[in-house]
Amino acid sequence: MSGIPHDHYEPKSGFEKWLDKRLKVVALVYDTLMIPTPKNLNWMWIWGIVLAFCLALQIGTGIVLAMHYTPHVDNAFASIEHIMRNVNGGHMIRYVHMNGASLFFFAVYLHIFRGLYYGSYKAPREVTWIVGMLIYLLMMGTAFMGYVLPWGQMSFWGATVITGLFGAIPFIGESIQTWLLGGPAVDNATLNRFFSLHYLLPFVIAGLVIVHIWAFHSTGNNNPTGVEVRRTSKAEAQKDTLPFWPYFVIKDLFALAMVLVVFFAIVGFMPNYLGHPDNYIEANPLATPAHIVPEWYFLPFYAILRAFTGDVWVVMFASWITGGIVDAKFFGVLAMFGAIAVMALAPWLDTSSVRSGKYRPMFKWWFWLLAIDFVVLMWAGAMPAEPPYSTISLIGATYWFAYFLVILPLLGVIEKPLARPATIEEDFAEHYPQSDASGDVKPAE
Amino acid sequence: MKMIQAKTLSAAALAALLGLTPLAGWAQEDHGEEDSHAAEEEHADASHAEGHTTDYAFSFEGPFGAYDQFQLQRGLQIYTEVCSACHGLQYVPLRTLHDEGGVGLPEDQVRAYAAQNFEVYDAELDDYRPATPTDHFPANTSVGAPDLSLMAKGRAGFHGPYGTGISQFVNGMGGAEYIASILTGYTGEEKVEAGVTLYENTAFPGGWIGMAPPLYGEDVDFEDGAPNDIAAEAQDVAAFLMWAAEPKMMARKQAGFTAVIFLILLTSLLYLTNKRLWKPVKKGGTTPAE
Repeated sequence: MSGIPHDHYEPKSGFEKWLDKRLKVVALVYDTLMIPTPKNLNWMWIWGIVLAFCLALQIGTGIVLAMHYTPHVDNAFASIEHIMRNVNGGHMIRYVHMNGASLFFFAVYLHIFRGLYYGSYKAPREVTWIVGMLIYLLMMGTAFMGYVLPWGQMSFWGATVITGLFGAIPFIGESIQTWLLGGPAVDNATLNRFFSLHYLLPFVIAGLVIVHIWAFHSTGNNNPTGVEVRRTSKAEAQKDTLPFWPYFVIKDLFALAMVLVVFFAIVGFMPNYLGHPDNYIEANPLATPAHIVPEWYFLPFYAILRAFTGDVWVVMFASWITGGIVDAKFFGVLAMFGAIAVMALAPWLDTSSVRSGKYRPMFKWWFWLLAIDFVVLMWAGAMPAEPPYSTISLIGATYWFAYFLVILPLLGVIEKPLARPATIEEDFAEHYPQSDASGDVKPAE
Repeated sequence: MKMIQAKTLSAAALAALLGLTPLAGWAQEDHGEEDSHAAEEEHADASHAEGHTTDYAFSFEGPFGAYDQFQLQRGLQIYTEVCSACHGLQYVPLRTLHDEGGVGLPEDQVRAYAAQNFEVYDAELDDYRPATPTDHFPANTSVGAPDLSLMAKGRAGFHGPYGTGISQFVNGMGGAEYIASILTGYTGEEKVEAGVTLYENTAFPGGWIGMAPPLYGEDVDFEDGAPNDIAAEAQDVAAFLMWAAEPKMMARKQAGFTAVIFLILLTSLLYLTNKRLWKPVKKGGTTPAE
């Protein structure tokens, strides 16, 4: 795999030869684990392992929770309390699952922004990027439906607001919404199908994760310089790379353990900090909470959804040109999904021939502005939909689109990139100068 | 991330009672222009009159905080003698009063407490019988008062300093602070709206609460002679309700502490392994001989 010349699996013992003729499973595992990996990967390349761990953690804890959970509007809330009070270790399993979702999104955002900065989405890794975006969309769907299951106030009203988005689609919206909910409003049918899909989608994600890994094993990893591994000979490739096992496995496990220290501190000491108190009140279709706030990881896109109100000129224009078919609500929905769509299209919107942001003096600034923009949108999404927050959301949303639709295409044309190292070996040697003198070893990062 | 203080169900219910739509923001565009303006005004009003929550120091706050068993027992007494007249605790099994890291009553006392204080409906007998430890605290919907099982987790308390939420990050969400603040927050003012008596309360969002002042001080006598002024009583019962909402808190913190300690150990070992592993690579600049 990966087109980088390297050693392949050779069956040695009689049994290995016997098995290899019939099923090349050991070869598959060997080639996957021994993939030549650019040796200059920095600490932003550890989030993939954290994400794989998160998926396993969520599936593992989720399966146990499903054994004790009752997907019925009359019993769901009580069954969560049953898990919290009566099931052995149930309170820990549930808190791990709850906060596991937050860790999952925290890691995925760092993973995505890593890709955006180092140009990991660029050719030939577009398929990896697109599959990653699909995984991200499925993650959002899964997390949203999972949040409905405890049947608290935020579960119920969050489901009402979000499924209402589909109702905003002109002409067919209401039928779609009814079809999604299984009735005219969020009710038992909704809870049941959300439970079913919440159980199903993680396995679809797992399948896509395999494709995601397969895709970047076909192209080889990107790296902080964006310079490709030399493929001319095995000897040269080995100067640029190290096998994934043990070098990166150990490095990633070290990083994962460090992340888990923080994670378990949150689970153990402040498990409800990232949640909303209203979700400890049972769902009540007759009482609307004063603020309906989604989970923190949806807030940036929630801010974009709410940013486009009827008094914004783009919205008025869209409404006028379509004869009122595209109203403010539908425009907001389009903007929210569009915000993710433009990100998915980054491989084709970025015209620069240089991958890594390290060698793009102008891009750097715009990139960090985008990262700040993301945090500001997250903050604005938690605020009430009123001035000045609505204005801030609008500015933030505008920049989000401008970055992908205007800045990325333009920068490739006007920017003069810095000199890049010729090889990964050169870049690595720059960081860790060869020292023949014994004892003069650079400390590990 | 926690920038919004919880608006309470009762606040919403109260507003609904007053004929206002507490639905704020985007979600209510369905209701048309005029309605939406009314809702926005209502919302603006509500945010001006956000309740004031006192930052009480509870023994269970912070990573190492623990329940004070005697405080929980005093709180149980207040709940039993005062609150239980109107409020239920339907999710709390009576047997958990015996659990370690909680109220910690001896088993025979739990049995006696259940039998003396509560009657439950038994479908098999088709009649009421004295409660046993395997029953839950009964639900109580007689006057429409909310169940208190999860009240301490369904509300947020002091979210300062200066609205930063740092206190909540360190001390927990502060539902117990909210409860104690409500119990001590009555000003003595009353008004009647739409046939309902409302009581002014500085801690309640909106400022007017439907619950009459439940505590005045010296409402109960504690066997251990602990102070029974209103501030002490309010904190005792708030602590008890925190336990009712989060009975496994001590076990959780213990598990978290163990996990953190062992993960730090694992992290250190992996750090050393990683350093050792990469040392020849970083020193030599090329792939080491395999």
